[in-house]
Amino acid sequence: MAGGQEREPFERVVERHGNTVLRVCRALIGPDGAEDAWSETFLAALRAYPRLRPGSNVEAWLVTIAHRKAIDHARASGSRALPRADLPEVPSPTGVPGESGSWESDLWPALAALPAKQRQAVAYHHLAGLPYAEVAAVVGGSAQAARRAAADGIAALRKARQRSERRRP
Amino acid sequence: MTIWPEAMQEVGAAERERLHAKLEEAAGRAGLLDVAYRTLDTPIGRLLLAATEQGLVRVAFAHEDSDRVLEELSRAISPRVLRAPGRLDEAAREIEEYFARRRREFEVPVDLRLSKGFRRQVLARLPTISYGKTASYGALAAAVGHPGAARAVGTACATNPVPIVVPCHRVVRSDGSPGQYGGGTETKVALLEMEAAG
Repeated sequence: MAGGQEREPFERVVERHGNTVLRVCRALIGPDGAEDAWSETFLAALRAYPRLRPGSNVEAWLVTIAHRKAIDHARASGSRALPRADLPEVPSPTGVPGESGSWESDLWPALAALPAKQRQAVAYHHLAGLPYAEVAAVVGGSAQAARRAAADGIAALRKARQRSERRRP
Repeated sequence: MTIWPEAMQEVGAAERERLHAKLEEAAGRAGLLDVAYRTLDTPIGRLLLAATEQGLVRVAFAHEDSDRVLEELSRAISPRVLRAPGRLDEAAREIEEYFARRRREFEVPVDLRLSKGFRRQVLARLPTISYGKTASYGALAAAVGHPGAARAVGTACATNPVPIVVPCHRVVRSDGSPGQYGGGTETKVALLEMEAAG
């Protein structure tokens, strides 16, 4: 084991970061592949875990793995998994967008319509809580570029949401 | 962020369990399940059971801090420690049968890697003391070829990583008093009384 340093049992990693990784997978891949991506991410993490340098930022490490799994996933499924940007609006079951019910119908089409960089920056910063420097380390580019991509992504999501609210009776 | 619907943020308990089960299965298939564990409720309290691919490697009593037990396993064996009850089905079944007095001998494979040298030699010898019988620390020392090492036998028993299944509770003082036990003297007496009752 690297340096014989102590590492907490992997189960603690799953307990602590499982929810965040699932939210990130949902935002990157959507409802259909999110669960598969989650277990692929944790399986890859389990494999590499004994080599993880103690003191590493475990959440950033997991996000990096999820990022790669999402890219693999997108390649494997082509554009099939992504809903078309011009998908007709589906009202949420409660009629109150974004309050409860289905993020699949409300938010995912708007997320899927974002350029990949924006979607990733939004997910890693706003869902996983990574600082922009860490986001940049995952997606490439500078921290400023990551900040800009996240801001543009959020603005586009807000706009999409306003549009869908206006369209609702 | 008001932009995220709550439904996207929420992760239900059932969903977590389903995902976890999927991970357990995939980890087992990939040969990455270095240490699997689960808990088991018994008449002497909640036990923590852990197994490597070789066999049952740890049985911890309720009074032992389970977080610490898992950290020790992570350090001593591998940090690939996962709650994965599947591998412990057989051990759990046998322990349940033992407490229901339907089993007198354990058949589940045991992995004694956490015990070394003389201690391990002593532990390997323990299953020869049959159900309902006891042996003294001194007699066991003699049996492993070190008469006079009764004290060291006591230490071996006290540090038994797989109590109950490796029956260190059957080793008592030469005057017949129970002596120490990792699970507490009361537990030792309770196990011996249960076994004596047949």
